[in-house]
Amino acid sequence: MDLTREEEKLLDGTEGDTVSTAYRILLAVGEATHANKLVPIQWAHISGVNYNTIGESGRKFLEQFCLDAKVKVNTTINPMGFDREKPSGVSQEFISKQISIVNSYKNIGTIESFTCIPYEAYQLPKANTFVSLAETNAAVFANSMLGLMTNKESALSALAGAITGKAPLSDLRIEELRAPKYRIKSSLDMSTELDYGLLGYFAGKVIRASSVGISGVQVKGIADAKALSAGIGTTGDLGMFTLNSESTGESISFGQSEANSIREELNSTERGDVILFGSPQLGIPELKLLATNTEGKKFTKPCIIFCARQIHNQAKSIGLVDRLESTGAKFMCDCCTCLTPLITKGNADSVVTNSVKGAYYMKNANKLDVALTDSKSIIEEYMN
Amino acid sequence: MRIKCHRIVGGQGVGDVIITRQPINFLTMFNTNSGNIINQNHELFGKSVKDTVLVFPKAIGSSVGAYTIYSLKSMNTAPVAMVCTEQTDIITASGCAISNIPLVKLTDELPVLSFHSRLRIVVDADNETLLVKKIRSFNHYS
Repeated sequence: MDLTREEEKLLDGTEGDTVSTAYRILLAVGEATHANKLVPIQWAHISGVNYNTIGESGRKFLEQFCLDAKVKVNTTINPMGFDREKPSGVSQEFISKQISIVNSYKNIGTIESFTCIPYEAYQLPKANTFVSLAETNAAVFANSMLGLMTNKESALSALAGAITGKAPLSDLRIEELRAPKYRIKSSLDMSTELDYGLLGYFAGKVIRASSVGISGVQVKGIADAKALSAGIGTTGDLGMFTLNSESTGESISFGQSEANSIREELNSTERGDVILFGSPQLGIPELKLLATNTEGKKFTKPCIIFCARQIHNQAKSIGLVDRLESTGAKFMCDCCTCLTPLITKGNADSVVTNSVKGAYYMKNANKLDVALTDSKSIIEEYMN
Repeated sequence: MRIKCHRIVGGQGVGDVIITRQPINFLTMFNTNSGNIINQNHELFGKSVKDTVLVFPKAIGSSVGAYTIYSLKSMNTAPVAMVCTEQTDIITASGCAISNIPLVKLTDELPVLSFHSRLRIVVDADNETLLVKKIRSFNHYS
Protein backbone atom coordinates (compact mmCIF):
# COMPACT_ATOMS: atom_id res chain seq x y z
CA MET A 1 0.00 0.00 0.00
CA ASP A 2 1.29 3.44 -0.89
CA LEU A 3 1.20 6.24 1.64
CA THR A 4 1.29 9.90 0.64
CA ARG A 5 4.31 11.97 1.69
CA GLU A 6 2.17 13.51 4.42
CA GLU A 7 1.07 10.09 5.69
CA GLU A 8 4.69 8.87 5.66
CA LYS A 9 5.65 11.78 7.92
CA LEU A 10 2.82 10.98 10.33
CA LEU A 11 3.92 7.33 10.35
CA ASP A 12 7.42 8.56 11.23
CA GLY A 13 6.05 10.35 14.27
CA THR A 14 5.85 14.04 13.36
CA GLU A 15 2.56 14.30 15.27
CA GLY A 16 3.56 11.99 18.10
CA ASP A 17 3.54 8.32 18.99
CA THR A 18 -0.24 7.82 18.95
CA VAL A 19 -0.70 9.01 15.38
CA SER A 20 2.38 7.04 14.34
CA THR A 21 1.00 3.84 15.92
CA ALA A 22 -2.36 4.47 14.26
CA TYR A 23 -0.67 4.66 10.84
CA ARG A 24 1.33 1.51 11.62
CA ILE A 25 -1.96 -0.30 12.23
CA LEU A 26 -3.52 1.07 9.02
CA LEU A 27 -0.43 0.11 7.03
CA ALA A 28 -0.61 -3.51 8.25
CA VAL A 29 -4.36 -3.67 7.64
CA GLY A 30 -3.91 -2.14 4.18
CA GLU A 31 -1.26 -4.75 3.31
CA ALA A 32 -3.46 -7.52 4.68
CA THR A 33 -6.52 -6.47 2.69
CA HIS A 34 -4.68 -5.56 -0.55
CA ALA A 35 -5.44 -1.83 -0.39
CA ASN A 36 -3.37 0.51 -2.49
CA LYS A 37 -4.19 3.68 -0.56
CA LEU A 38 -6.00 5.20 2.41
CA VAL A 39 -9.25 7.13 1.99
CA PRO A 40 -11.01 9.61 4.32
CA ILE A 41 -13.79 8.25 6.52
CA GLN A 42 -16.76 10.14 8.02
CA TRP A 43 -17.48 8.08 11.15
CA ALA A 44 -15.75 5.53 13.36
CA HIS A 45 -17.16 3.10 15.89
CA ILE A 46 -14.74 1.50 18.33
CA SER A 47 -15.06 -1.83 20.14
CA GLY A 48 -12.87 -2.88 23.06
CA VAL A 49 -14.48 -0.79 25.78
CA ASN A 50 -15.64 -3.43 28.28
CA TYR A 51 -12.73 -4.24 30.65
CA ASN A 52 -13.75 -7.91 30.42
CA THR A 53 -12.92 -7.91 26.69
CA ILE A 54 -9.56 -6.11 26.57
CA GLY A 55 -8.20 -6.94 30.01
CA GLU A 56 -5.36 -5.29 31.86
CA SER A 57 -2.93 -5.16 28.95
CA GLY A 58 -5.56 -3.51 26.75
CA ARG A 59 -6.37 -1.01 29.49
CA LYS A 60 -2.68 -0.09 29.82
CA PHE A 61 -2.28 0.17 26.05
CA LEU A 62 -5.17 2.64 25.84
CA GLU A 63 -3.90 4.65 28.81
CA GLN A 64 -0.70 5.30 26.87
CA PHE A 65 -2.22 5.48 23.39
CA CYS A 66 -4.89 8.02 24.33
CA LEU A 67 -2.50 10.55 25.84
CA ASP A 68 -1.50 12.70 22.90
CA ALA A 69 -4.08 12.65 20.11
CA LYS A 70 -7.72 13.39 19.35
CA VAL A 71 -10.20 11.66 17.05
CA LYS A 72 -10.59 13.30 13.65
CA VAL A 73 -14.15 12.12 12.95
CA ASN A 74 -17.32 11.49 14.98
CA THR A 75 -16.52 8.36 16.95
CA THR A 76 -18.98 6.28 18.95
CA ILE A 77 -17.86 3.54 21.32
CA ASN A 78 -19.14 0.09 22.30
CA PRO A 79 -20.80 -0.85 25.60
CA MET A 80 -18.73 -0.94 28.78
CA GLY A 81 -19.06 -3.45 31.63
CA PHE A 82 -21.83 -1.98 33.79
CA ASP A 83 -24.55 0.67 34.06
CA ARG A 84 -22.95 4.02 35.04
CA GLU A 85 -25.99 4.96 37.11
CA LYS A 86 -26.19 1.70 39.05
CA PRO A 87 -22.73 0.16 39.25
CA SER A 88 -23.79 -2.70 41.49
CA GLY A 89 -22.94 -6.35 41.06
CA VAL A 90 -19.34 -5.69 40.01
CA SER A 91 -16.21 -5.39 42.14
CA GLN A 92 -14.58 -2.09 43.07
CA GLU A 93 -11.51 -3.24 41.17
CA PHE A 94 -13.55 -3.82 38.01
CA ILE A 95 -15.18 -0.41 38.39
CA SER A 96 -11.85 1.41 38.71
CA LYS A 97 -10.32 -0.46 35.74
CA GLN A 98 -13.43 0.22 33.67
CA ILE A 99 -13.39 3.91 34.55
CA SER A 100 -9.75 4.09 33.48
CA ILE A 101 -10.73 2.76 30.02
CA VAL A 102 -13.68 5.15 29.80
CA ASN A 103 -11.36 8.06 30.66
CA SER A 104 -8.88 7.02 27.98
CA TYR A 105 -11.59 7.13 25.32
CA LYS A 106 -12.80 10.44 26.76
CA ASN A 107 -9.25 11.86 26.37
CA ILE A 108 -9.30 11.31 22.62
CA GLY A 109 -12.75 12.87 22.29
CA THR A 110 -15.05 9.95 21.51
CA ILE A 111 -18.81 10.27 22.04
CA GLU A 112 -19.74 8.50 25.30
CA SER A 113 -22.26 6.32 23.53
CA PHE A 114 -21.62 2.91 25.14
CA THR A 115 -23.74 1.24 22.52
CA CYS A 116 -23.35 -1.60 20.03
CA ILE A 117 -26.18 -0.16 17.90
CA PRO A 118 -24.81 3.22 16.76
CA TYR A 119 -27.12 2.85 13.74
CA GLU A 120 -30.19 3.17 15.98
CA ALA A 121 -28.87 5.56 18.62
CA TYR A 122 -27.21 8.06 16.24
CA GLN A 123 -27.68 9.54 12.80
CA LEU A 124 -24.89 7.90 10.83
CA PRO A 125 -23.66 9.40 7.53
CA LYS A 126 -25.66 8.77 4.37
CA ALA A 127 -25.29 5.76 2.06
CA ASN A 128 -22.13 5.24 -0.01
CA THR A 129 -19.97 7.02 2.58
CA PHE A 130 -16.73 5.47 3.85
CA VAL A 131 -16.85 4.71 7.58
CA SER A 132 -14.80 2.48 9.89
CA LEU A 133 -16.90 0.36 12.20
CA ALA A 134 -15.65 -2.31 14.55
CA GLU A 135 -18.38 -4.19 16.47
CA THR A 136 -19.34 -6.83 14.00
CA ASN A 137 -23.13 -6.45 14.14
CA ALA A 138 -22.80 -2.71 13.46
CA ALA A 139 -20.45 -3.21 10.50
CA VAL A 140 -22.72 -5.84 8.94
CA PHE A 141 -25.87 -3.77 9.55
CA ALA A 142 -24.28 -0.58 8.19
CA ASN A 143 -23.05 -2.26 4.99
CA SER A 144 -26.18 -4.30 4.38
CA MET A 145 -29.08 -2.13 5.53
CA LEU A 146 -27.70 1.42 5.28
CA GLY A 147 -25.41 1.16 2.25
CA LEU A 148 -22.45 2.54 4.22
CA MET A 149 -19.03 1.27 3.21
CA THR A 150 -16.89 -0.30 5.92
CA ASN A 151 -14.80 -3.36 6.33
CA LYS A 152 -15.47 -5.48 9.38
CA GLU A 153 -12.88 -3.56 11.36
CA SER A 154 -11.04 -4.76 14.43
CA ALA A 155 -11.11 -2.78 17.67
CA LEU A 156 -7.64 -1.46 16.83
CA SER A 157 -8.17 -0.69 13.15
CA ALA A 158 -11.32 1.32 13.96
CA LEU A 159 -9.37 3.14 16.70
CA ALA A 160 -6.65 3.92 14.15
CA GLY A 161 -9.37 5.09 11.75
CA ALA A 162 -10.78 7.43 14.39
CA ILE A 163 -7.36 8.97 15.15
CA THR A 164 -6.31 9.41 11.51
CA GLY A 165 -9.73 9.94 9.90
CA LYS A 166 -8.70 7.38 7.30
CA ALA A 167 -9.07 3.73 6.35
CA PRO A 168 -7.60 1.43 3.70
CA LEU A 169 -9.48 1.38 0.40
CA SER A 170 -10.11 -2.34 0.18
CA ASP A 171 -12.68 -5.12 0.17
CA LEU A 172 -16.15 -3.82 1.20
CA ARG A 173 -15.08 -0.22 0.53
CA ILE A 174 -14.84 -1.10 -3.16
CA GLU A 175 -18.20 -1.26 -4.96
CA GLU A 176 -17.37 -4.25 -7.20
CA LEU A 177 -16.15 -6.32 -4.27
CA ARG A 178 -19.42 -5.85 -2.37
CA ALA A 179 -21.31 -8.01 -4.86
CA PRO A 180 -21.69 -11.50 -3.36
CA LYS A 181 -20.08 -14.50 -5.02
CA TYR A 182 -21.93 -16.96 -2.80
CA ARG A 183 -25.55 -17.25 -1.80
CA ILE A 184 -27.49 -18.82 1.04
CA LYS A 185 -30.79 -20.14 -0.20
CA SER A 186 -33.18 -20.39 2.72
CA SER A 187 -36.17 -22.69 2.78
CA LEU A 188 -36.88 -22.10 6.46
CA ASP A 189 -40.20 -20.56 7.45
CA MET A 190 -38.70 -17.56 9.27
CA SER A 191 -41.27 -17.27 12.03
CA THR A 192 -39.22 -15.67 14.83
CA GLU A 193 -36.25 -13.34 15.29
CA LEU A 194 -34.24 -16.35 16.44
CA ASP A 195 -34.55 -17.89 12.96
CA TYR A 196 -32.76 -14.83 11.53
CA GLY A 197 -30.01 -15.21 14.09
CA LEU A 198 -29.60 -18.91 13.25
CA LEU A 199 -29.50 -18.12 9.52
CA GLY A 200 -26.86 -15.44 10.12
CA TYR A 201 -24.71 -17.67 12.29
CA PHE A 202 -24.93 -20.45 9.67
CA ALA A 203 -23.93 -18.04 6.88
CA GLY A 204 -20.96 -16.75 8.88
CA LYS A 205 -19.85 -20.29 9.52
CA VAL A 206 -20.03 -21.71 6.01
CA ILE A 207 -19.15 -18.75 3.77
CA ARG A 208 -15.49 -17.83 3.65
CA ALA A 209 -15.86 -14.41 2.02
CA SER A 210 -16.70 -10.82 2.96
CA SER A 211 -20.06 -10.69 1.25
CA VAL A 212 -22.98 -13.10 0.90
CA GLY A 213 -26.29 -13.09 -0.94
CA ILE A 214 -29.38 -14.37 0.85
CA SER A 215 -32.50 -15.54 -0.95
CA GLY A 216 -35.82 -16.92 0.20
CA VAL A 217 -35.97 -14.55 3.16
CA GLN A 218 -37.86 -11.35 3.87
CA VAL A 219 -36.58 -9.04 6.55
CA LYS A 220 -39.77 -7.63 8.03
CA GLY A 221 -38.31 -5.15 10.48
CA ILE A 222 -35.26 -3.89 12.27
CA ALA A 223 -35.36 -6.71 14.84
CA ASP A 224 -34.93 -9.30 12.07
CA ALA A 225 -32.14 -7.26 10.45
CA LYS A 226 -30.33 -6.91 13.77
CA ALA A 227 -30.61 -10.63 14.56
CA LEU A 228 -29.32 -11.49 11.09
CA SER A 229 -26.45 -8.98 11.30
CA ALA A 230 -25.43 -10.11 14.77
CA GLY A 231 -25.58 -13.78 13.80
CA ILE A 232 -23.47 -13.20 10.70
CA GLY A 233 -20.88 -11.21 12.64
CA THR A 234 -20.47 -13.63 15.52
CA THR A 235 -18.30 -16.10 13.69
CA GLY A 236 -16.60 -16.11 10.33
CA ASP A 237 -15.54 -13.09 8.35
CA LEU A 238 -18.66 -11.99 6.51
CA GLY A 239 -19.13 -8.23 6.71
CA MET A 240 -22.18 -7.82 4.50
CA PHE A 241 -25.31 -9.54 3.20
CA THR A 242 -27.45 -8.71 0.20
CA LEU A 243 -31.10 -9.78 0.36
CA ASN A 244 -32.88 -11.32 -2.61
CA SER A 245 -29.54 -11.65 -4.28
CA GLU A 246 -29.66 -13.08 -7.75
CA SER A 247 -25.96 -13.88 -7.74
CA THR A 248 -25.27 -16.87 -9.89
CA GLY A 249 -22.37 -18.08 -7.77
CA GLU A 250 -22.34 -21.17 -5.62
CA SER A 251 -25.44 -21.49 -3.47
CA ILE A 252 -25.79 -23.29 -0.15
CA SER A 253 -29.12 -24.41 1.29
CA PHE A 254 -30.35 -23.43 4.74
CA GLY A 255 -33.40 -25.24 6.08
CA GLN A 256 -34.82 -26.74 9.24
CA SER A 257 -32.03 -29.27 9.76
CA GLU A 258 -29.31 -26.60 9.42
CA ALA A 259 -31.21 -24.33 11.83
CA ASN A 260 -31.57 -27.21 14.28
CA SER A 261 -27.89 -28.04 14.17
CA ILE A 262 -26.88 -24.42 14.91
CA ARG A 263 -29.36 -24.30 17.78
CA GLU A 264 -27.96 -27.58 19.12
CA GLU A 265 -24.45 -26.15 18.95
CA LEU A 266 -25.33 -23.10 21.04
CA ASN A 267 -28.10 -24.44 23.28
CA SER A 268 -26.93 -26.41 26.31
CA THR A 269 -29.96 -26.46 28.61
CA GLU A 270 -33.72 -26.29 28.31
CA ARG A 271 -34.34 -23.89 31.23
CA GLY A 272 -32.33 -20.91 32.41
CA ASP A 273 -32.00 -18.91 35.67
CA VAL A 274 -31.81 -15.40 34.18
CA ILE A 275 -33.50 -14.03 31.06
CA LEU A 276 -31.41 -11.72 28.91
CA PHE A 277 -32.75 -9.44 26.19
CA GLY A 278 -30.39 -7.31 24.17
CA SER A 279 -27.55 -8.72 22.14
CA PRO A 280 -27.33 -6.37 20.29
CA GLN A 281 -28.87 -3.86 22.73
CA LEU A 282 -32.59 -3.33 22.14
CA GLY A 283 -33.91 -0.34 20.19
CA ILE A 284 -37.27 1.41 20.41
CA PRO A 285 -39.18 -0.90 17.98
CA GLU A 286 -38.04 -3.99 19.90
CA LEU A 287 -38.92 -2.41 23.27
CA LYS A 288 -42.38 -1.50 21.94
CA LEU A 289 -43.00 -5.04 20.74
CA LEU A 290 -41.75 -6.55 23.99
CA ALA A 291 -43.93 -4.17 26.05
CA THR A 292 -46.99 -5.09 23.99
CA ASN A 293 -46.35 -8.83 24.24
CA THR A 294 -45.69 -8.76 27.99
CA GLU A 295 -48.57 -6.42 28.93
CA GLY A 296 -50.21 -7.43 32.21
CA LYS A 297 -47.80 -10.33 32.82
CA LYS A 298 -44.94 -10.88 35.28
CA PHE A 299 -41.60 -12.57 34.70
CA THR A 300 -41.10 -15.63 36.89
CA LYS A 301 -37.29 -15.37 36.68
CA PRO A 302 -35.02 -12.31 36.81
CA CYS A 303 -35.06 -10.55 33.45
CA ILE A 304 -32.51 -8.01 32.24
CA ILE A 305 -32.99 -5.73 29.24
CA PHE A 306 -29.73 -4.32 27.86
CA CYS A 307 -30.23 -0.96 26.27
CA ALA A 308 -28.28 2.09 25.09
CA ARG A 309 -28.79 5.03 27.45
CA GLN A 310 -30.05 7.30 24.65
CA ILE A 311 -32.63 4.68 23.69
CA HIS A 312 -33.58 4.20 27.36
CA ASN A 313 -34.16 7.95 27.71
CA GLN A 314 -36.40 7.97 24.66
CA ALA A 315 -38.23 4.89 25.92
CA LYS A 316 -38.71 6.51 29.33
CA SER A 317 -40.27 9.61 27.77
CA ILE A 318 -42.90 7.57 25.97
CA GLY A 319 -43.76 5.35 28.93
CA LEU A 320 -42.06 2.18 27.64
CA VAL A 321 -39.65 1.88 30.55
CA ASP A 322 -42.45 1.96 33.14
CA ARG A 323 -44.50 -0.56 31.19
CA LEU A 324 -41.60 -2.99 30.92
CA GLU A 325 -40.47 -2.51 34.52
CA SER A 326 -43.98 -3.37 35.69
CA THR A 327 -43.36 -6.89 34.34
CA GLY A 328 -40.42 -7.26 36.72
CA ALA A 329 -37.80 -6.70 34.01
CA LYS A 330 -34.80 -4.52 34.90
CA PHE A 331 -33.00 -2.20 32.49
CA MET A 332 -29.23 -2.10 32.23
CA CYS A 333 -27.82 0.78 30.18
CA ASP A 334 -24.26 1.37 28.91
CA CYS A 335 -23.55 -2.36 28.85
CA CYS A 336 -24.66 -5.50 27.00
CA THR A 337 -24.86 -9.28 27.14
CA CYS A 338 -21.45 -10.00 25.59
CA LEU A 339 -18.84 -10.73 28.23
CA THR A 340 -20.86 -8.93 30.87
CA PRO A 341 -19.31 -9.16 34.35
CA LEU A 342 -22.86 -8.94 35.75
CA ILE A 343 -23.75 -12.57 35.07
CA THR A 344 -21.14 -15.11 36.04
CA LYS A 345 -20.87 -18.63 37.42
CA GLY A 346 -21.02 -16.99 40.86
CA ASN A 347 -24.58 -15.76 40.51
CA ALA A 348 -26.19 -18.00 37.85
CA ASP A 349 -25.71 -21.40 36.28
CA SER A 350 -27.63 -20.69 33.14
CA VAL A 351 -29.24 -17.96 31.06
CA VAL A 352 -32.13 -17.70 28.62
CA THR A 353 -31.60 -15.61 25.48
CA ASN A 354 -33.16 -15.14 22.06
CA SER A 355 -29.82 -14.05 20.59
CA VAL A 356 -27.33 -16.39 18.93
CA LYS A 357 -24.60 -13.85 19.59
CA GLY A 358 -25.56 -13.64 23.26
CA ALA A 359 -25.68 -17.44 23.43
CA TYR A 360 -22.24 -17.78 21.82
CA TYR A 361 -20.52 -15.42 24.27
CA MET A 362 -22.44 -16.58 27.34
CA LYS A 363 -21.39 -20.13 26.54
CA ASN A 364 -17.83 -19.60 25.36
CA ALA A 365 -16.71 -16.56 27.38
CA ASN A 366 -18.88 -16.54 30.52
CA LYS A 367 -18.97 -20.37 30.57
CA LEU A 368 -22.66 -20.54 31.45
CA ASP A 369 -25.30 -22.94 30.22
CA VAL A 370 -27.60 -21.36 27.67
CA ALA A 371 -31.24 -21.90 26.76
CA LEU A 372 -31.56 -20.38 23.30
CA THR A 373 -35.17 -19.70 22.39
CA ASP A 374 -37.27 -17.02 20.69
CA SER A 375 -38.90 -14.15 22.59
CA LYS A 376 -42.43 -15.47 22.11
CA SER A 377 -41.47 -18.77 23.75
CA ILE A 378 -39.63 -16.91 26.53
CA ILE A 379 -42.84 -15.01 27.30
CA GLU A 380 -44.91 -18.21 27.26
CA GLU A 381 -42.52 -20.16 29.47
CA TYR A 382 -41.24 -17.53 31.89
CA MET A 383 -44.26 -15.28 32.54
CA ASN A 384 -47.58 -15.59 34.24
CA MET B 1 12.60 -25.88 2.24
CA ARG B 2 12.07 -22.22 1.37
CA ILE B 3 8.54 -20.88 0.91
CA LYS B 4 7.50 -17.48 -0.42
CA CYS B 5 5.21 -15.21 1.54
CA HIS B 6 3.89 -11.67 1.67
CA ARG B 7 4.92 -9.35 4.49
CA ILE B 8 2.10 -7.83 6.54
CA VAL B 9 4.06 -6.89 9.68
CA GLY B 10 7.87 -6.89 9.39
CA GLY B 11 10.44 -8.65 11.55
CA GLN B 12 11.86 -12.11 12.05
CA GLY B 13 11.01 -15.01 14.32
CA VAL B 14 12.08 -18.62 14.80
CA GLY B 15 10.07 -21.31 16.53
CA ASP B 16 8.47 -24.73 16.45
CA VAL B 17 5.38 -24.63 14.35
CA ILE B 18 1.86 -24.99 15.68
CA ILE B 19 -0.47 -25.50 12.77
CA THR B 20 -4.20 -25.72 12.22
CA ARG B 21 -6.66 -25.75 9.36
CA GLN B 22 -9.35 -24.20 11.56
CA PRO B 23 -9.72 -20.40 11.87
CA ILE B 24 -9.11 -18.83 15.28
CA ASN B 25 -11.44 -16.59 17.30
CA PHE B 26 -8.83 -14.90 19.48
CA LEU B 27 -11.26 -13.34 21.97
CA THR B 28 -12.75 -16.53 23.32
CA MET B 29 -10.10 -19.11 22.52
CA PHE B 30 -7.10 -18.28 24.73
CA ASN B 31 -5.95 -18.31 28.29
CA THR B 32 -3.57 -15.37 27.87
CA ASN B 33 -1.71 -16.24 31.11
CA SER B 34 -0.46 -19.48 29.61
CA GLY B 35 -0.98 -19.04 25.87
CA ASN B 36 -3.13 -22.19 25.95
CA ILE B 37 -6.05 -22.69 23.61
CA ILE B 38 -9.05 -23.36 25.81
CA ASN B 39 -11.82 -23.86 23.27
CA GLN B 40 -12.67 -27.55 23.43
CA ASN B 41 -14.11 -27.52 19.93
CA HIS B 42 -10.84 -26.37 18.36
CA GLU B 43 -8.31 -28.90 17.11
CA LEU B 44 -5.54 -27.02 18.97
CA PHE B 45 -7.38 -27.41 22.30
CA GLY B 46 -4.89 -27.77 25.16
CA LYS B 47 -1.87 -26.59 23.16
CA SER B 48 0.10 -23.43 23.89
CA VAL B 49 1.13 -20.89 21.27
CA LYS B 50 3.87 -19.42 23.46
CA ASP B 51 7.13 -18.98 21.51
CA THR B 52 5.76 -20.89 18.51
CA VAL B 53 5.23 -19.94 14.90
CA LEU B 54 1.42 -20.04 14.68
CA VAL B 55 0.25 -21.18 11.24
CA PHE B 56 -3.51 -20.83 10.76
CA PRO B 57 -5.96 -19.91 7.99
CA LYS B 58 -7.12 -16.58 9.47
CA ALA B 59 -8.84 -15.06 12.50
CA ILE B 60 -12.63 -14.91 12.75
CA GLY B 61 -15.23 -13.48 15.07
CA SER B 62 -14.94 -10.68 17.57
CA SER B 63 -13.31 -7.42 16.57
CA VAL B 64 -11.75 -7.31 20.04
CA GLY B 65 -9.59 -10.32 19.19
CA ALA B 66 -6.85 -7.88 18.17
CA TYR B 67 -6.43 -6.97 21.85
CA THR B 68 -6.07 -10.65 22.74
CA ILE B 69 -3.00 -10.82 20.49
CA TYR B 70 -1.57 -7.78 22.32
CA SER B 71 -2.45 -9.38 25.63
CA LEU B 72 -0.57 -12.58 24.70
CA LYS B 73 2.45 -10.43 23.82
CA SER B 74 2.25 -8.47 27.09
CA MET B 75 2.08 -11.71 29.09
CA ASN B 76 5.03 -13.22 27.19
CA THR B 77 2.81 -16.02 25.92
CA ALA B 78 2.54 -14.90 22.28
CA PRO B 79 3.80 -16.71 19.21
CA VAL B 80 7.17 -15.40 17.90
CA ALA B 81 5.57 -15.03 14.46
CA MET B 82 2.30 -15.76 12.71
CA VAL B 83 1.57 -17.14 9.27
CA CYS B 84 -1.88 -16.90 7.70
CA THR B 85 -2.47 -19.55 5.07
CA GLU B 86 -5.81 -18.40 3.70
CA GLN B 87 -6.22 -14.70 4.30
CA THR B 88 -4.61 -12.07 6.47
CA ASP B 89 -7.54 -10.60 8.27
CA ILE B 90 -7.87 -7.21 9.94
CA ILE B 91 -7.94 -8.65 13.47
CA THR B 92 -4.61 -10.44 13.11
CA ALA B 93 -2.93 -7.66 11.12
CA SER B 94 -3.83 -4.91 13.60
CA GLY B 95 -3.07 -7.08 16.65
CA CYS B 96 0.36 -8.06 15.30
CA ALA B 97 1.10 -4.46 14.25
CA ILE B 98 0.89 -3.08 17.80
CA SER B 99 2.50 -6.18 19.30
CA ASN B 100 5.49 -6.20 16.91
CA ILE B 101 4.79 -9.81 15.99
CA PRO B 102 6.02 -10.59 12.46
CA LEU B 103 3.06 -11.59 10.30
CA VAL B 104 3.07 -13.00 6.79
CA LYS B 105 0.56 -14.43 4.35
CA LEU B 106 1.58 -17.48 2.37
CA THR B 107 1.77 -16.90 -1.34
CA ASP B 108 2.93 -20.45 -2.11
CA GLU B 109 0.82 -23.40 -1.04
CA LEU B 110 2.03 -24.97 2.17
CA PRO B 111 2.85 -28.57 1.27
CA VAL B 112 0.38 -31.09 2.67
CA LEU B 113 3.36 -32.74 4.34
CA SER B 114 3.51 -29.77 6.68
CA PHE B 115 0.26 -30.70 8.32
CA HIS B 116 1.67 -34.08 9.32
CA SER B 117 5.14 -33.16 10.48
CA ARG B 118 6.81 -31.48 13.39
CA LEU B 119 8.50 -28.43 11.93
CA ARG B 120 10.65 -25.54 12.95
CA ILE B 121 10.11 -22.41 10.89
CA VAL B 122 12.25 -19.33 10.40
CA VAL B 123 9.90 -16.50 9.48
CA ASP B 124 11.69 -13.65 7.73
CA ALA B 125 8.88 -11.21 7.06
CA ASP B 126 11.27 -8.49 5.89
CA ASN B 127 12.57 -10.71 3.08
CA GLU B 128 9.20 -12.41 2.57
CA THR B 129 10.46 -15.97 3.03
CA LEU B 130 9.81 -18.89 5.33
CA LEU B 131 12.52 -21.45 5.93
CA VAL B 132 10.95 -24.75 6.97
CA LYS B 133 12.96 -27.39 8.78
CA LYS B 134 11.47 -30.80 9.51
CA ILE B 135 12.24 -32.13 12.97
CA ARG B 136 10.41 -35.44 13.11
CA SER B 137 7.19 -36.94 11.89
CA PHE B 138 4.23 -37.33 14.12
CA ASN B 139 0.60 -37.75 13.43
CA HIS B 140 -1.27 -35.44 15.80
CA TYR B 141 -2.75 -33.52 12.92
CA SER B 142 -3.40 -36.39 10.56
